[in-house]
This record gives sequence, C-alpha cells and structure tokens, in this order.
Amino acid sequence: MPTIAKTGNEAMAEAMRQIDPDVVAAYPITPATEVVMIFSQFVADGLVGTEFVAVESEHSAMSACVGAASAGCRVMTGTSSQGLQLMSEILPIASALRQPIVLCEVNRALSGPINIHCDHSDTMAVRDFGWIQLFSENAQEAYDNILQLVRITENEKVRLPGMATTDGFIISHCMEKIESLDDAEVKKYIGDFKVIKSTLDLDKPITLGSLDLQDYYFEHKMPIVEAMKEAKQVILEVGKDFGQRYGREYGLIEEYKLADAEIAMVALGSTCGTARAVIDELREKGVKAGLLKVRAFRPFPAEEIVKALAKVKAAAVLDRSDMFSNQGGQLCCEIKSAMYDLKQKPLLTNYVYGLGGREISLEDIRKIFAEQQGTASSGKVKQAVQHFGVRE
Amino acid sequence: MPTLKDLATRKDPLTGGHRACAGCGAPIIVRQVLMASKEPVVVTSATGCLEVVTTIFPYTAWNVNFLHNAFENSAATCSGIEAAYKSLKRKGKIKAEKINFVAFGGDGGTYDIGFQSLSGAMERGHDMLYVCYNNEAYMNTGIQRSSATPKGASTTTAPAGKVQPGKVQFSKNLTEIMVAHDLPYVAQSAVGFWRDLTTKAEKAFNTQGPKFINVLQPCRLGWAYDPSKTCEIGRLAADTCIWPLYEVENGKYKLTYKPKEKKPVTEFLKLQGRFRHLTKPGNEAIIEAIQKEVDRRWQNLLVRCGEAPKAS
Repeated sequence: MPTIAKTGNEAMAEAMRQIDPDVVAAYPITPATEVVMIFSQFVADGLVGTEFVAVESEHSAMSACVGAASAGCRVMTGTSSQGLQLMSEILPIASALRQPIVLCEVNRALSGPINIHCDHSDTMAVRDFGWIQLFSENAQEAYDNILQLVRITENEKVRLPGMATTDGFIISHCMEKIESLDDAEVKKYIGDFKVIKSTLDLDKPITLGSLDLQDYYFEHKMPIVEAMKEAKQVILEVGKDFGQRYGREYGLIEEYKLADAEIAMVALGSTCGTARAVIDELREKGVKAGLLKVRAFRPFPAEEIVKALAKVKAAAVLDRSDMFSNQGGQLCCEIKSAMYDLKQKPLLTNYVYGLGGREISLEDIRKIFAEQQGTASSGKVKQAVQHFGVRE
Repeated sequence: MPTLKDLATRKDPLTGGHRACAGCGAPIIVRQVLMASKEPVVVTSATGCLEVVTTIFPYTAWNVNFLHNAFENSAATCSGIEAAYKSLKRKGKIKAEKINFVAFGGDGGTYDIGFQSLSGAMERGHDMLYVCYNNEAYMNTGIQRSSATPKGASTTTAPAGKVQPGKVQFSKNLTEIMVAHDLPYVAQSAVGFWRDLTTKAEKAFNTQGPKFINVLQPCRLGWAYDPSKTCEIGRLAADTCIWPLYEVENGKYKLTYKPKEKKPVTEFLKLQGRFRHLTKPGNEAIIEAIQKEVDRRWQNLLVRCGEAPKAS
C-alpha cells in the first residue's frame, strides 16, 4: 500500500483516476477546481478511459451526469458551494432515477456575501435530495470515502447518488500523508458497474423521467425512503469490509474516548481533528471528555448518535452552518429531534461556528469544553444556540 | 431524400393516443424528424408540452429510448448520453452500431431557459441533433411570451390591452445564432412541409457533429385557430416569408423553399386569434412594422443564400 503526500483535492482526483469512471462531466469552482483540473490532465495523458465532458455550467454538469448515468455508465463529478446550488435542481432527479452518481464535494460557504472558504452551508442546503452524504475529517478519509461511495451507491439495495465532502482549503488544499491502494486493487475493490437499465439498450426501449401525478408520485418517492434506510446498513458493511481489507474501518459515526465521557463534542469534518487534540489534553488532566464524529449525515444515524451520547451529561454540537430558522444548525436540530423520545437526555448546546472559513482554534475548543463542564455541573444549558467566534 | 414509401415502412417512433391537442404540430415534427433516421434513435426532451403529452405515467407514447430530465437541459442531458455512448463504445461495452441522438425542446426550453445548455452542447461538438419545436410561446404553462414570440402577438404575459398591443419586441433570430456557432448543419423548417423537414433531418443524421433544426410549429391553442388549419398556417408562414425555409451546410446558405409569390404578412396574421387585436383601427403601424422587419430579414437571407445581390 503506497504512502503518498496529497492534498484533499489531489486525493479525490487520485481516487477518480483509479476508479476510471466511464463519464465525468464537471465545471471548475474554487476550492474544488483542482479535482477537475487534475482529472482533466489524467484524461489528456491517457491515464483513464473516461469520456470527460467539460460543460459550460454545473447545471449542465449534473444534467450530463444524469444523461450518462441513464445510459448505463459509472459517472462522477465534483463541485463546491454555488456550483452545488446550481446543480441542486437536478440532484433530486438523479436520486429519483436511482442513479449511483458519485460527487466530490468541497465544502464552501454560500454567497452572499461571496466567500471561498469553508463552511457546510452548501452541503447542508442539498441534504434533503436523496443523496448519500459522507463528511471527511482529512485527505485520507476523502480518498477512502470516494472509493467506498462507489460500492455504497452502486449497491443494489441503495442505488442512490452520493457525495463525499472535504472542508474547503482546510482539507482540499492541505498536504497530508495518505495511504493509497494500488490501481489493480481499486479495480478489484469497486468491481464492474452493473447496468440495471439503459437508454442505450435498443432492444428494450424505456421512457425515463415521465410526468408522474397524484396517483403515482408518492409511491415513486417511497423507494428512496426505503433505499435510505438500507443505506445505513450498507455503509456499515462497506466500512467494515474496507477495514478488514485495508486496515481503516469506517462506520456511520466514530467515537473517540466517548465510552466513559461525561462531556462531549459532536462535529462534522476537519474540526474533529482539532477536537481530538484538545480531548487528549483534557484526558491527561483527568477530564472525561470525548468526541462523536458524524461521518454520514445522509442517511442520518439517529439511533447510533442517541446511543453514543446516552451516558454523556453535556454535549456541544458544532454546526458549521445556520438554518436561519432561529433553531441553530442542521446537525444539532437533527440530534435534538432524534432525542425527542428519550426520558433522560444529555444537555445539548449548539455552537454555530466557522462560517465563511472563520478559524476554530485549539483554544476555542478548550473554551467550548470548559462551558460543557459548567453545564454538566450546573445541570443547566446557558444558551441553547450560540454563534461562536463571531464579533459583537 | 426519404420517399413517402420509405417513411411508410419505418417503425413509428411515437405511437398515437398521446394527449396532444387536436391539430398539435409537435408530434408531426417528432415523427417527421425521427422517421428520417435509418439508424436507431435515443431521444431527450425538455419539460414542456411534448414531454407532458407523451409520458403521463404509467403510459408512454415513445417506442424509442426516451429521457426527460428538466426544463432547461435537454441539450446537456443528450450530450451526457452521447458521451456515455462514446465511452462505452470505446471500451467495447456496447455494440458499435450507429445511434442518432436527438434532443427536443420547445422555444421556451431552447430560446430562453435552455439557451446556455444548447450553446454549450453545440460548442462541445457532440454528435447530436437538437430540434426546437417552436410554437412561439410557453404553451405548456398557458401561452406566456418567450423570446421566440413575434411582435404584436398577444400572450398571457404580454397580453393585448388598452395601452399595450401584445408583445412589443420582435422575435430573437435563434437560427442565425446557431449559425454563428459554426455548426456543420443548421436548418429552419416548418410544419406543413414534410419533405423539407424529413430531408433536412436525414441530412442532419448523415452529418457528423452538432446539428440544429428550428421548426415552426403552429399551436392551435396559443395561436387560436381552427385545429384543421395547422399545416396551412405553417405553409403561410413560409409563403409570407415570416418563417423562411433554409439550411446552412458548413457555412453555406441555401434557400430550400422560395414562395412563388411573397404574400403580405396579413395573410398569416388574419387566421390567428393571437393577432386579432391588430386588425383594430389604430394598430396599422404595428402591422407595417412587422411587414418591414419580415422584409428586412428576408432580404438579408436572400443575400446570404446568393438569391439577391448584396446591397451596396
């Protein structure tokens, strides 16, 4: 297993090269541009057999992906922020057509004001479109998540599109040491694409994208509901199998020193790395702190999160996005909703942080944990939703 | 050029029993275009009348592979299928037989919201034919103006009222914009000229690369005329030179239909309810302006086709 130095974008592009999709249709956008650029060079150098469609917009990128996927192809693309929003009209069409398209998403704040740095508003804005969403803590996970997404999305029980995300610049542009698989191993791991139906099958003409009114639409949405349920188990199986094969096991969530923790942090993406460092410090001081990293946001691992936090007294849920509903961020709202039926639940404080790439430091995390200690001992949440790190 | 006998022996790509209005020109266009293909076809369509009347689940009128994605992306979607075909053929995953890829869109899905997608797909050089069934307004949503709507026509978003006589602007000349893309084949045709359209479609299918055909489609509902007159109105559009029939092959213009006698625009306007208000006293100037613009565009076209000397 070769060890290489790659940025998050390079790691994703490398995974794409090894997957060698039949069709890639993509459009550049900071900070995901490199994924498309690097992959274009692979095409230009004949390192992949992919038909690369350099479209004139992200809307056309996703439209061409849907066209290509309808024709029985393994299809990939990559984007970020405004690009994902421009695709968003077509995203639920891809899931409704049960197309296992894999998207490399680099999390970036939404305009306006325009900003190119990391937050999770873009990915959160498309969370309800029937796409699998996996967050990555670092470049290694970005690479592993893309490979696993091929298996997850193409699983017969799932057959939904999926996106693996990295945090813009924090992961996408930072060089890290990653372990990659050999090309032949990736080929073996992902296997051949299984065509279920195809607009290129001339013997069996099909009509896709029919007008579907009151008497059928609802029934046609139910398979997505069911596939998302199945997806939880499939993500677990694929993550476990990946661990057995290559030594890095993945689940829907990851617990770090959480088993006996009294206070906890719940987060998505790169911030989990910073949290680990602070937790190690606190543990040395005898503070029982732990981390719950949420890897899969869709499907949402509600039961798993509830179980993991069951014994925690107080938890800080970090959201790098705001719903502008006066209820804080998406992650915390979903967790609170998952805990509704519990008689005894941890005291949750929602920290909306890091919008537009505002940095979160070790000191910030220390401060948040200190506040959790206060909440745990007082038994009271001071302020349910805080906008953390924002100037008055 | 396909003969009627040839066409009669080919499998109908679109079955009867679809839900288009009586007298609708769109299915006529679809049949004439697709039946001109000797090879199998794969079709995409923009959201609009064509998609709505042919695909109400659980029924389909399509006997060929068909994909509807959204409103503004028929061209991009078709380009994705064409890319898939190239990729799979190169990898030996599908048979190497020739397939013709055809994207349909109404004028809303082509001139307006789908314009970028069309321009992009054509520039990228996909081997596909884009056909606009141009009924000169957003008919599916109830007759709203588009950039293809002619001056003076009353639509529900540019209605004829007390102070405004329907649409103020002239239509966008999309065919010329597509010519400016330097495509190997661009043509304009109309319902009512089956031989003209099938010949052009066949020519397009025999041409490698991106092709565009703009077909005028009288709409009995939006244009408000007797459903039996669809073909007659299509022919009048050509005879008045409002909608000239021509083609541009590798940059070379050719007039494919020259009216024996150029009729005044009023011959076309008077049969249609959408222009009825123009016959009221006080609106003469609008008809004059329409005639003047039609004459100007026609004269320009004649020059391009080498049918008239260039003005000095």
